[in-house]
Amino acid sequence: MRLETRKLLDKAFSGLGLIAIAVMGIALLLILTPIVWRGSKAFVFKGTIEHRRVMLEQFDRGNPDKFTREYTEITAARAPIYKMMEDFEAETIAQISSMESQMDAKKDRAKELKTAARALKSDGKADEADQLEAEEDRLKDEAKELKSRIKEFKTARTEPYDALHEAIRELLGPMPGQRTPVLLRQQYGQTRWDRTLVKLHEVLYTEEWDYSNADAMGVLVETPRVKQFKGTRLEPFFQYLEEHIEEMMRPKTTFYWQFITDKSKDSHIFGGIWPEVLGTIYLTLGAMIFAIPMGVIAAIYLCEYAKEGRVISFLRICISTLAGVPSIVFGLFGLAFFLNTIQVSDSKSVLAGSLTLSLLVLPTIIRSSEEAILAVPRAYKEAALGLGAGRWHTVMTVILPAALPGILTGIVISMGRAAGETAPIIFTAAVSVGAPLKIWETLSQPTPALPWNIYNLCTEHEAVDEIRHVQYGMVFTLVAIVLLLNLFAILMRARISKKLRG
Amino acid sequence: MSEEITLKKIDTFAQRDEVTSPTETHIEAKDFSLYYGDFEAVRKVSMKIPKRKVTAMIGPSGCGKSTLLRSINRMNDLIPSTSASGEMIFDGHNIYARNIDVVTLRARVGMVFQKPNVFPKSIFDNVAYGPRLQGIKNKQELSEIVEQSLRQAAIWDEVKDRLQANALGMSGGQQQRLCIARALAIKPEILLMDEPTSALDPKATAKIEDLIGELRKQYTIIIVTHNMQQAARVSDFTAFMYEGVLIEFGNTKQLFTNPENPQTENYITGRFG
Ligand SMILES: Nc1ncnc2c1ncn2[C@@H]1O[C@H](COP(=O)(O)OP(=O)(O)OP(=O)(O)O)[C@@H](O)[C@H]1O
Ligand SMILES: [Mg+2]
Repeated sequence: MRLETRKLLDKAFSGLGLIAIAVMGIALLLILTPIVWRGSKAFVFKGTIEHRRVMLEQFDRGNPDKFTREYTEITAARAPIYKMMEDFEAETIAQISSMESQMDAKKDRAKELKTAARALKSDGKADEADQLEAEEDRLKDEAKELKSRIKEFKTARTEPYDALHEAIRELLGPMPGQRTPVLLRQQYGQTRWDRTLVKLHEVLYTEEWDYSNADAMGVLVETPRVKQFKGTRLEPFFQYLEEHIEEMMRPKTTFYWQFITDKSKDSHIFGGIWPEVLGTIYLTLGAMIFAIPMGVIAAIYLCEYAKEGRVISFLRICISTLAGVPSIVFGLFGLAFFLNTIQVSDSKSVLAGSLTLSLLVLPTIIRSSEEAILAVPRAYKEAALGLGAGRWHTVMTVILPAALPGILTGIVISMGRAAGETAPIIFTAAVSVGAPLKIWETLSQPTPALPWNIYNLCTEHEAVDEIRHVQYGMVFTLVAIVLLLNLFAILMRARISKKLRG
Repeated sequence: MSEEITLKKIDTFAQRDEVTSPTETHIEAKDFSLYYGDFEAVRKVSMKIPKRKVTAMIGPSGCGKSTLLRSINRMNDLIPSTSASGEMIFDGHNIYARNIDVVTLRARVGMVFQKPNVFPKSIFDNVAYGPRLQGIKNKQELSEIVEQSLRQAAIWDEVKDRLQANALGMSGGQQQRLCIARALAIKPEILLMDEPTSALDPKATAKIEDLIGELRKQYTIIIVTHNMQQAARVSDFTAFMYEGVLIEFGNTKQLFTNPENPQTENYITGRFG
């Protein structure tokens, strides 16, 4: 080949290589940026007074005196709102009762007329009696009409008011003086400023879908809610709310690092993701407890003890096959074998999940350990044996230490894999909601875990929109765990091999 | 031409006390053969290796020197599908007998390889490796053995200040002497050396040759070498092998000055190999 051609080929080759790396880097950036950006909002966000209230009341965190002071000011800021609502209620009641007394007066008058008519009849004054009866009928009809008007008025007032009341409760929390709701999520207003603005919008506008055009998709129509309360005491309510919302919520930049270590309250509406994080840690470490000894011993056996033959070739094929089995199949196997057949626990449990995950990562650990062991120079082995070391000693004192960087790399990469796998734990270990487990409970109890709960929150949570930040926070945490593990593997590898090189 | 080379070599013996009388046998091969699969790499070799003498093995590349040397501590067992026939007698026992414990055998036969193969550990740990295997845990005792071995291997002065440094940081020649010290630390009776100086420069080679001269007082040494001057300089006896067969074995001076076999003569005078 001519020199120019060779040079051209070399250049093309390195160019293509660089492009591939760049594409990979961009893809990684595109994936990671939103995860990091949106995930970080679970930790750093504008928290409202309600957030601080949750922290104080549910997690015993923060300065009670300072909070009380702040809360007094906020109550004052909110007072006009509630005053207007009370006024509105009172006004409505007054209007209804005045209408009712009108109706009652008419009814009473009708009754009087009836008795009067009866008396006239018995006196034989039929003409006058007829007149009175006609008057009575008119009054009765009027009373009836009034009654239906009252009914109309009531629905016209209460239905929008109930909706408004509910929307305000979601925004600010329950009205003062009301009975505490049972559900925790109804006991507090919006804890995050971004959600506050969304809820504020829901208070200010009603949403309706317009399906009048049958050929097109429905159209969302937003009408200002104030229209429903024209001419009532609530007319200025909406403007006031919009103008004073910051005083009522006091958004402050909040650094909530305890998101990782807090329990979740009322299925992730409040609090953090500690049960999931802990569950992931348990499952990963559990998988390693089983997979590391099995994998490393198997690798040592295959490299140092096994005599090449059919059985060993078959074993190797099995290991390769195991590496290619889809993870959902491992999950089903774990259910069928660990839970139903040998019954390691009565229900799903961390133990069963760890065992299943350990099978999943076993081939990786065996392979990487084997490679690391085979990469140990033969000279080391000969030197040890030549000095009178047995096989066991050679493995323990020379081969394993030299192979350690490779073995550890394999282990840490498997840890990342085990931490992130969803399918194997669906049937064997994961539940959507749960408390952080004590270490001995892992033998019998299922646990929430990051990968499963990320999926679960997206698909099955009853208030998906309320907790997007939790989802992103979980994804961010999981990705961070996996990346940190890999980074750790790289650093450790570099350190140990530097030590070995001298 | 050939005369000249031979004469030159004779000079090197001049400084050495000559071994003429037959000495005590330390290892004896009897019709010993070693096979790699079907290939007979060592063919029915019979020889008596004398105690506390230096025996050199020479011969063209691929003639089976290393194989024979490694047969003495059964290093060939590592290679799958090797098999042996005949006997290799050490201390009255055939080391290829079924009831022989290879690990104890290897502890009595030290080996130094062609390429220095120090462990990626500290200098101290390298030398202490063998004694530790033998169960010596006492720090004091270990230090004494390490110092003594390093002194014997003539490297003590160079490393005494950095015993905890990684052995991989030493020069090739130092590493090879460390390997010798490591082998000596197990207090072997026999020291096998497979081309121990082929990876070293002349200065380091000279040091190791001097060392062999010292060690021959205490150990039975068998050394494989391609360097005939080296064989002549350091050995008392020399074995010449060709295609797996032991062609001639005898007193070094005699073998170099007056070989019985024409093949030996051809080889040492450089006509082939
Ligand atoms: N592992 C092995 N498997 C098969 N054949 C081998 C193996 N090792 C060596 N041989 C063969 O055995 C013969 C003797 O090899 P050996 O290494 O003993 O030669 P040598 O005399 O030491 O050569 P050199 O001087 O090049 O080191 C050679 O023909 C070689 O090809
Ligand atoms: Mg050789």
